[in-house]
Amino acid sequence: MEYLSLFVKSIFVDNMIFAYFLGMCSYLAVSKNVKTASGLGVAVMFVLLVTTPVNYLLNKYVLGPDALIDGVDLSFLSVIIFIAVIAAIVQIVEMVVEKFAPALYSALGIFLPLIAVNCAILGGSLFMQQKEFAGVGESCVYALGSGIGWFLAIVALAAIREKMAYSNVPAALKGLGITFITVGLMGMAFMTFMGISL
Amino acid sequence: MNAKIKETLFNPIFKGNPITVLVLGICSSLAVTVTLKGALVMALSVMFVTGLSSVVLSILRNTIPSRVRIIVQLVVVAMMVILVDQILKSFEATYPIDKQLSVYISLIITNCIVMGRIEAFALGNKPFPSFLDGIANGAGYGLVLIVVAFFRELLGSGTLFGLQVLPSCYVTNNLVILPPFALILLGCIVWVQRSIQKDLQEK
Repeated sequence: MEYLSLFVKSIFVDNMIFAYFLGMCSYLAVSKNVKTASGLGVAVMFVLLVTTPVNYLLNKYVLGPDALIDGVDLSFLSVIIFIAVIAAIVQIVEMVVEKFAPALYSALGIFLPLIAVNCAILGGSLFMQQKEFAGVGESCVYALGSGIGWFLAIVALAAIREKMAYSNVPAALKGLGITFITVGLMGMAFMTFMGISL
Repeated sequence: MNAKIKETLFNPIFKGNPITVLVLGICSSLAVTVTLKGALVMALSVMFVTGLSSVVLSILRNTIPSRVRIIVQLVVVAMMVILVDQILKSFEATYPIDKQLSVYISLIITNCIVMGRIEAFALGNKPFPSFLDGIANGAGYGLVLIVVAFFRELLGSGTLFGLQVLPSCYVTNNLVILPPFALILLGCIVWVQRSIQKDLQEK
């Protein structure tokens, strides 16, 4: 039950895009059509699900106070370790996907390596550290929920932008401007989840 | 000051602004614009990181094999960010910053401005122009941040830098404090800029 509430909470209440603005750059850049948007969404979800538990274990058994050596607190190194782990895992995932699922690999294309610098991935690890989860299970559930939240957000925006091609937007607002305002309004809609306590 | 340096220094402030034109670095920027103080700290930190990491990577540009350049860049940027984080922590007793901001300071690593400018400029230019480019892009980013924060703090809390500016009969607008408003405000900034600079308008 605890897992379920964490799961729902990380999808809707703590949505990576609408509550924390993480992964905004690729979110705005790759949301022009639904097909590529869902490809990127799946890739982000997958990488988040792999990296967060790994970083959880590293944080608990290597970086925390007194974890590796008594009296040594390595937590100031956490950011550099997290980003190195993320870069390495993205590289490994890329190779594995290329070998075993060439169709998916060509569908994801350039997005896969770019995920290494997606703030949502590092943000997932940093929030995981801040939330001080009790076990690997919780961090897995949190990562999966955040990934699904990101996926939903990008697919929703891409669908809206596809429809918006037919509307009459002021010339200066076309493209970037109206996208910002759309995301703002979507964020406001997501705010309705904020009062829910699970 | 010759024309090229001037161009490098002033282009990113308005004409080629990293946020409103290049769409870089929106990720970590919007959550820190609730107060002017937070925006200022974030702006200075980003300027520091972009400037110094551009210099370091520009010096190293001929020795890094291009296959592993992303990870080298990440390590250099991460080092700068840790430096900023530690500096801010050492001043925590006299100038406290909130916990929320410290997560976003760490997230400067994945701020697309830093990586974007390194890829687009520092890897192909000499250290000094790279330094100017880094600083100028950080400043362009900071400018947008401060404009957004100005309106959000003024309308949301009636204060500027924590000092009461609007009369106490002003009813604070809680919508402005909420994150989505930052995006709408940013949309309006883009609107204003593109009305002035017609060549930026999208077809």
